[in-house]
Amino acid sequence: MSAGHTHALYLPRDTPVHRLPPHCKLVAVLTFVLVVVATPRDAFWAFGVYAVLLAGVAAVAQVPARTVVKRMVVEVPFVLFAFLLPFVAHGPRIEVLGLSVSESGLLGGWNVLAKGTLGVVASILLAATTEPRTLLLGVERLHLPSLMVQIMSFMFRYADVVGAEMGRMRVARESRGFQGRDLRHAKVVAQSAGALFIRSYERGERVHLAMLSRGYSGTMPAVHDLRADRSQWTTAAALPLLAAIVAVAAWTVRG
Amino acid sequence: MSSPGAIAPSLAVRDLAFAYPDGHQALFGVDLTLQPQERVALLGPNGAGKTTLVMHLNGILRGGRGTVEVAGLPVVPANYQEVRRRVGIVFQDPDDQLFMPTVREDVAFGPANLGVRGPDLQDRVTEALTAVGMQEFADRPPHHLSFGQRRRVAVATVLAMKPEILVLDEPSSNLDPASRRELAAILLGLELTTLMVTHDLPYAMELCPRSVILAEGSIVADGPTRDILCDDDLLTANRLELPFGFDPRHVARS
Repeated sequence: MSAGHTHALYLPRDTPVHRLPPHCKLVAVLTFVLVVVATPRDAFWAFGVYAVLLAGVAAVAQVPARTVVKRMVVEVPFVLFAFLLPFVAHGPRIEVLGLSVSESGLLGGWNVLAKGTLGVVASILLAATTEPRTLLLGVERLHLPSLMVQIMSFMFRYADVVGAEMGRMRVARESRGFQGRDLRHAKVVAQSAGALFIRSYERGERVHLAMLSRGYSGTMPAVHDLRADRSQWTTAAALPLLAAIVAVAAWTVRG
Repeated sequence: MSSPGAIAPSLAVRDLAFAYPDGHQALFGVDLTLQPQERVALLGPNGAGKTTLVMHLNGILRGGRGTVEVAGLPVVPANYQEVRRRVGIVFQDPDDQLFMPTVREDVAFGPANLGVRGPDLQDRVTEALTAVGMQEFADRPPHHLSFGQRRRVAVATVLAMKPEILVLDEPSSNLDPASRRELAAILLGLELTTLMVTHDLPYAMELCPRSVILAEGSIVADGPTRDILCDDDLLTANRLELPFGFDPRHVARS
């Protein structure tokens, strides 16, 4: 509960990127990712330019490179997959560093790695410059189904509560001498997870009752008025627009 | 039921009986009337039917015998929205009640459901938070507040709906002595009809001039709190106990 007063991923700063309305940033990141994905995979230079663009955003937003690199660990499973591809894929083989690898696999691996990394870094920057709370308002503004927004906002509200409950259960388990060292102990952990699920489910029912008692009738009342003016949209559009120019250039050069 | 011109009681429960779908009968003909501005403690051991009774006050549970009226308005499905405005229930676990990302939005949830918008809504929120002394915490997420603060915000969430009657389910549970005292001061300052469900007998004595005991689904005692707490046989028969060292006879009359 005393884990600071902002979300772990958010870096409180006052920069032009932080000040942009959340829905503009969401649209910008989404478009950027789509453009990156649509870029031909052998246009290596284009990915370099994308990386420079993101570095520019990070610099304006004062997000240190170290923070970005540290958070990129979420990508590790995909990186492993990307490194496997050259060895398992079929097709003509070439020699790299004395190893015989599949050419299409190598390109495929590069494709996953480059596009994945760019997407992950863009999301990291979004999370670092936008409070989760305002991010939710942004998705709401973009007319995502209200039910989905509600589910996300409950997740945000109750993640800490469920996490604390899980922590208490672990402490209680270990206080009675339990140590989860190997697979044989999985059953106990699974049972705790089951108990946690039931408790969360029951809490959900109680929350629903409390909501009904305050006049909830299926939809959240819209009380926020979130607007972006033209200049904010233009600022947010800078990143995807530049990326789009690069992508078009990449296709043209190739063609 | 009331004579013309007289003010309708804040709450009128008549002959209320209820059995759960599994056949367990929780209420056997409960009668309870609260006059405006009255503060009443609803005492009773675990399993006496207190929560079941509370759930009937705003129509969450229904379908048994008897009627409930809130300030003259019968609790029937057609009136639910208005009934839920008039009856403000503060649940026992504030984490169940506070589900919005910030305190301000949570307090705004009830009135917004009633159609209040814009500056009026902000005024309601500020007013309710000021009433419980939490106005500085409006933009904090509820899970970053202490338990006592969360309970106070939970009270504010129903105050923002300008209720006719405030229903508190175990308001003193899990509170440290200081938070308990602060909450008591807040509740005493509200001048609202209040029904307080509790087994905390000293708290009932401090806050409520009148008490009723609910046992096995019926009201078995109704009278001044001091008289009820001084009746040792009555308390023992209903599994109610005064804390060690507490003697209601020695508490100064307020």
